[in-house]
Amino acid sequence: MYSSYGDLSPIALDCLKEIGNIGSGSAASALSQMLGKSVQMRVPDVKVLDFDEVIEEMGGAEKIITGILVDLSVDICGIIMFLLEDSFAHIALKTFLGKDYVKAADLDEMDYSVIKEMGNIMAGSYLQAISKLTDLTIDMSTPSMSVDMLGAVMSVPVATFAEVGDKVLYINDGFVIDGIDIKSNIILIPDMHSLDTLMKKLGVIDG
Amino acid sequence: MANLTIGIGDFKICKKPDVLVTYALGSCIGICVLDDQTGIGGLSHIMLPDSTLAVNGASTPMRFADTALPMMIKQMEGMGASRMRMRAKIAGGATMFSISNDKFNIGERNIAAVKKALMSLRIPIIAEDTGSNYGRTVFFYPETGTMEVRSTTKGNTSF
Repeated sequence: MYSSYGDLSPIALDCLKEIGNIGSGSAASALSQMLGKSVQMRVPDVKVLDFDEVIEEMGGAEKIITGILVDLSVDICGIIMFLLEDSFAHIALKTFLGKDYVKAADLDEMDYSVIKEMGNIMAGSYLQAISKLTDLTIDMSTPSMSVDMLGAVMSVPVATFAEVGDKVLYINDGFVIDGIDIKSNIILIPDMHSLDTLMKKLGVIDG
Repeated sequence: MANLTIGIGDFKICKKPDVLVTYALGSCIGICVLDDQTGIGGLSHIMLPDSTLAVNGASTPMRFADTALPMMIKQMEGMGASRMRMRAKIAGGATMFSISNDKFNIGERNIAAVKKALMSLRIPIIAEDTGSNYGRTVFFYPETGTMEVRSTTKGNTSF
């Protein structure tokens, strides 16, 4: 059994990346349906990174970000977290509420629920794609959202999984909607037992 | 005067007038300890309560409340600080996400573990800004003993 992400072979990493690609494709079509607009997908960048590197890559610990956390259970246990930058919140609010996104501190209850719902649907489509591919059952909690400093938002997955390792699967998605570049960052952290299950299902390790 | 930055799961010690900073504490806790007579201060950024529950606890002692604090205090003593005079101020331990699941309840567990560790080191806590649901950046000034907490929603507060 894996004891940390550091144990993953190059082939296993490629498999995780492919899962990220498939999830992103599925999320793009969910986005397109939800918004009633055509969504172009850029090839997602999928990496296995240290927590510190994720924070660095996304613009530093004090950058304000919208984090949406979903807890995973049954065959795959762990978390998926969406870290959404301003462009994403903007398109959500523009489409559903017809208003502009100014800054995170100005979001009201309704704005929160619209953004949260968008995160919910994207998380659902990601997980559905992974579940279908692997024939594993994945249940998700209702999403919880926090708009705060990136370091503080990240502290939750960091602390929850620090006992098993420092690395996460980091997926950097790019969508183009109405000519606007939308960036969304996803971190996926299955626990070690689930990682094992996943790799066995994909035939990377015996079992 | 230098500004020393402490990363997640790390600590640093210094002598006044240097300043210790740690950014964006969420469920983590920043523990500021000062011996005001010598001006020797330390700031620890712990991430988890208990090293004995961790698979790799022994290899990363600076992440855990129970192992990081004794290490930091020992280093401060090595620099000439006296345990008898040390006082602590703590900040952080927020619950960033309201998911009703024990595994995300780390902020609360961290607060309890830090208090326990400081008590067994016999270092009194003279100020605290813990809990709630927002992130905090901590500046600690051993010169004056001030712990300054900065947050996006509550602004800046000195303790």
